[in-house]
Amino acid sequence: MNSEVLPGFTVGQILEAFWTTIQLTVFSAVGALILGTVLAAMRLAPVPMLNWIGTTYVNIVRNTPLTLIILFCSFGLAQTLGITLVDFQSATSIEDSNFRLAVLGFTVYTAAFVCETVRSGVNTIPLGQAEAARSLGLSFGQNLRVVLLPQAFRAVVAPLGSVLIALTKNTTIASAIGVAEAALLMKEMIENTAALITVGAIFAGGFILLTLPTGLFFGWLGKRLAVAQ
Amino acid sequence: MRNHAISVVTVVVTLLVIWVIYSKLNSKGQLTAAKWEPFVSANLWKTYILPGVQGTLTAAAVSIVLALLLGFVLGVGRMSTHNAIRWTCSVIVEFFRAVPVLIMMIFAYFLYAAYDVFPSKHLALAGVITGLTLYNGAVIAEIVRAGVNALPRGQAEAASSLGLGWGQTMRSILLPQAITSMLPVLISQLVVVLKDTAIGYQITFLEMVRQGTQVGSAYGNYIPALIVIAVLMIVVNFALSQLAVWVEGRMRRSRKGPAPMQVDQPVTQGTFAAGGGGTI
Repeated sequence: MNSEVLPGFTVGQILEAFWTTIQLTVFSAVGALILGTVLAAMRLAPVPMLNWIGTTYVNIVRNTPLTLIILFCSFGLAQTLGITLVDFQSATSIEDSNFRLAVLGFTVYTAAFVCETVRSGVNTIPLGQAEAARSLGLSFGQNLRVVLLPQAFRAVVAPLGSVLIALTKNTTIASAIGVAEAALLMKEMIENTAALITVGAIFAGGFILLTLPTGLFFGWLGKRLAVAQ
Repeated sequence: MRNHAISVVTVVVTLLVIWVIYSKLNSKGQLTAAKWEPFVSANLWKTYILPGVQGTLTAAAVSIVLALLLGFVLGVGRMSTHNAIRWTCSVIVEFFRAVPVLIMMIFAYFLYAAYDVFPSKHLALAGVITGLTLYNGAVIAEIVRAGVNALPRGQAEAASSLGLGWGQTMRSILLPQAITSMLPVLISQLVVVLKDTAIGYQITFLEMVRQGTQVGSAYGNYIPALIVIAVLMIVVNFALSQLAVWVEGRMRRSRKGPAPMQVDQPVTQGTFAAGGGGTI
């Protein structure tokens, strides 16, 4: 762990940077899955006002650059409005603040894509099922919970895996606000050692190790869980 | 009745949220005329925003053209009957889809700097174009392959029974139909390219988001500045997304030509079933 890969940089440092990448991914993924599912429910609900809010959210967020959203969290929320998401007493408040703001940004951004993916899953279910559930007296909420979402999620496992992979890669953008993840360390290593090819190979390889197994796993899971219709 | 009640609750909650945001912005003095006035002066647009727009459009335009070329070469290569060509193209496509665009941009930027490939003025632009071309080229390669695979198998079979070779079948039968069906997806890929130019922020590329932060630090109005940049981006990207959906709908209704590929579906083809990419 303490052996140096390049002068001044140890294996431990690289692993730590990728660990931050993984943490950013996992926290944001959980947040985005919840928010995205709520948004999808809003877009499907029989209430025009909710539809409108869901649609507007998706259209705004999906068409904004992620870098802008992340910078807005730092410059806008934290520096201007004082929303830092941390307790100032703690010793690591600056790092924690940047990390949490980045998770917030990724959650907000990725939720729009999760919403669209879940909604496309609901659209694969024959309309007759929702109608049958409705005629049995199930409310919209019950219909969603018991009939639509369980089937929709099974149909979109592989596309949701794609969204997760995209999120993993997108976490590199957190380096714009100083979160110590892989891309930030890569830049630092290149600037300090000039061993361009080695550093490039390490970080490209790291991301391949993260994304390819995710892709394989979700592809396999998607096939396993597919509902025959 | 119940839905009406939910509507009312939604309206109340929405108004409450708007009021909270309003009072927060107001208490920090973000809604004063002084923060917004600079945006009606021609000077601010000429000094900051228009150069940013130019940077964004230049990088996006060059990247999408190069990515189309690369995408077609890799996509067709991946369907080749020669094992060596097919494998090489597959590895290249999967590699560039798995590595983040920012990593490629940083690598290209420092590579060009180390070997003096481009004048230092264009270093960041070259880095951005390289990253966007490699990533989007790989995604377009998968779109091309999905487009060809979606055509009825009889097309290729009929061509080969007429004695056409692989190259001829590809060139005169399959690709022309695939390109047509790809059109809506390619338009929505343009949105990805436009948004991703902002990643160049991190290698000092002069684009819209960087210029927005410049305005923010010069006038002390980060929130208004980033909102203005976001609105500009959203208007253009939303129009392009709508155009893609409209083209798709039009092609679906028309009885001529092949069925279009669906917009807004993540590209899930590839050896690794759920490879990254698509419209994120």
